[in-house]
Amino acid sequence: MADKVLMKGNEAIAEAAIIAGCRHYFGYPITPQTEVAAYMAKKMPKIGGTFLQAESEIAAINMVYGVSSAGKRVMTSSSSPGISLKSEGLSYLAGADLPAFVVNVQRGGPGLGGIQPSQSDYFQATRGGGHGDYHMIVYAPASVQEMAALTVKAFDTADKYRMTSMILADGTMGQMMEPVDLESLKVNPAPEKPWATTGTDKKREHNIINSLYLKPEQLEQVNFERYERYKEVEKNEVMFEEYLMDDAEICVAAFGIAARVSKNAINAARAKGIKVGMIRPITLWPFPKDVFKKAAEKVHTFISVELSMGQMIEDVKLATECKANYKLCNRVGGMIPLPEQVLADIEEAAKGGNK
Amino acid sequence: MKTTQYLFAGFGGQGILFAGKFAAYKGLIEDKQVSWLPSYGPEMRGGTASCSVIIGDEPVGSPIVSSPDVLIAMNLPSLDRYEDSVVPGGVIFADSSLIERKVKRDDVKVFYIPATKLADENGVGKLANMIIVGKILKEMNEYNEDSVMAALKKVISAKHADMLDINLKAIKIGFEN
Amino acid sequence: MVVFDKPKSLADVPLHYCPGCTHGIVHRLVAEAIDEFDIEGKTIGIAPVGCSVMAYDYFNCDMIEAAHGRAPAVATGVKRADPSKIVFTYQGDGDLASIGMAETVHAAARNENITVIFINNAIYGMTGGQMAPTSLPGQVTQTSPYGRDVKLCGFPVKVCEMLSELDGAEYIERVAVNNIKNINAAKKAIKKAFQNQIEGKGFSLIEVISSCPTNWGLTPQNALKWIDEKMIPYYPLGVYKDRSAKGERLV
Repeated sequence: MADKVLMKGNEAIAEAAIIAGCRHYFGYPITPQTEVAAYMAKKMPKIGGTFLQAESEIAAINMVYGVSSAGKRVMTSSSSPGISLKSEGLSYLAGADLPAFVVNVQRGGPGLGGIQPSQSDYFQATRGGGHGDYHMIVYAPASVQEMAALTVKAFDTADKYRMTSMILADGTMGQMMEPVDLESLKVNPAPEKPWATTGTDKKREHNIINSLYLKPEQLEQVNFERYERYKEVEKNEVMFEEYLMDDAEICVAAFGIAARVSKNAINAARAKGIKVGMIRPITLWPFPKDVFKKAAEKVHTFISVELSMGQMIEDVKLATECKANYKLCNRVGGMIPLPEQVLADIEEAAKGGNK
Repeated sequence: MKTTQYLFAGFGGQGILFAGKFAAYKGLIEDKQVSWLPSYGPEMRGGTASCSVIIGDEPVGSPIVSSPDVLIAMNLPSLDRYEDSVVPGGVIFADSSLIERKVKRDDVKVFYIPATKLADENGVGKLANMIIVGKILKEMNEYNEDSVMAALKKVISAKHADMLDINLKAIKIGFEN
Repeated sequence: MVVFDKPKSLADVPLHYCPGCTHGIVHRLVAEAIDEFDIEGKTIGIAPVGCSVMAYDYFNCDMIEAAHGRAPAVATGVKRADPSKIVFTYQGDGDLASIGMAETVHAAARNENITVIFINNAIYGMTGGQMAPTSLPGQVTQTSPYGRDVKLCGFPVKVCEMLSELDGAEYIERVAVNNIKNINAAKKAIKKAFQNQIEGKGFSLIEVISSCPTNWGLTPQNALKWIDEKMIPYYPLGVYKDRSAKGERLV
């Protein structure tokens, strides 16, 4: 067995990024993700990489844009208010079809909010966040091992589909330590990037990285083509975990830390004979619509456990065509639901029985 | 099949997070499932510090310890704040050199140890945290010199290897008191 | 015999600039510098948002279009990705001295080894003539219809003076392109800014006082005169910082 080490989730992301071949990191300090930057500051100079503390999140994401234009793997990380600032850059990255890896270790909002864990940037992440029609591939790890594994995967999918992939974690995932097996990470080398602006060497026409199309029919076409690519992502990249769903009549929907808490509640409910299971989306976009739709054939109540005022629950309703009962089980502002709260909602749903 | 949920709590600077990390590493070395979750933010600078540690045979669900099996209270505010959260039948370890009152509950096991005083008297500097760790290992019947040493080597970086012996000494003081 | 030709690194396409606009001259000077150093194959240019947004179509080297004001950050990324490449930004006054001020100042403070060409024509051109951070006191624009009132909107930003106070910056010079003599000096300055980068000396910025006859409401000829009469007295030409010439070196 490989030597397991304890790592903070934030550090696991940083180390996994290095393993994935990322040699350029740009960031700006913000709690609770600063360990990513600190780790990179320590490691990058020793492996010939770049760590640069930018003057702002806006500058950092544009430095990412520059490195990505030059064809190299690159990342930035931040927390909620910082991601708002980066949203301009995220839109430009999408418009220029540039691959990038972005980490959001969420904290409570809106505004300056707080520094404790939150999942209230779900809409921002899954709906784009910046202006224009675009998507990011959004991964929601629920363990430190997944923080590492999904980071490696995110670099691959970003390159493959020429889009931004994001880890949407929260303060708990970033700060907690768990065993990590880094040797098991499977890394694919970055593909050739003939589109990159690496200098023409006077051997080819010049490459242009750009998101400006003044002719509407041309801009429309570019959008259509981009969405064809998104269809491929929806076809190939959906990830989720099913937990005790075989005979479940109640389905908990939860990701990240909320799924960890829910697992305790589900085990306790099962011990009381309640047929409850969980679907844990690992990709929030593309959302695992099909598995929810299938579950709705047997499940009478979906309980969406979230650290938000109810964001993912909309996707659960859409995926299941509003055919079941729905309940939101949530805490916000940096508070985390206790297993007891989730259990109480499960028990209430069990009493309600069939719709 | 057993899972133990620990809550370490005290002042920032008392080595609360470090003690928790040691416990988690010791669990890892003994092939247990473990998690460690710190409080974070400005409260770490001189205010209260705490961390949740879960060690068990099953994969860890929620890493947040809200009802600890074992509470380690290294100052009065921590005992005040967390005493009631301990599960019935649980255990409380309290640094009696900093906490003058007794635990009010009668449905938990309590161990008092004057860890800060012992640290001063025995010349192990600020390692009251590891003295309490030694006491926990003794009373929970978890002491194993090999995994204690291995865990210390994990939590103390090579740069500070000279601190290994004094940490072990502190653990042993706790074990013997 | 051809005695005057288009620089090779300048694309053979019609430019979209207004009659009398000096962007074309500055494009040419940049392209001449690229040709003379024979660096077209390893140069990456960053276009701004503003009148020169489509500069990416006008240079034959690889080009990137940046978000408004962010060109120095994008250039930082490109340069850090491969320091052997030559990277320049081409930015106007709104882009560089208003929305992108932070990116400009910090790229200079870091002494990023890049070349910045800064077009100062004291107005927002592309959006139709609004007040710029460099618009002169009293200057009438669409958004200062009664003339720039310094009590309400403050004073113009003197970029060269300001950046030359930064320890990081290597080379800061202000030039103009309103007559042959000034154009020749501008050519020399722009070449120097690329030369510095080739030699690894660091951040060089050339501010080019330019004309905008359309939005100034002047004929091209009078616009060039206005540069002499109004712009240059407020924005004196010259070298504001040349660290190497002073024998100073970065630690």
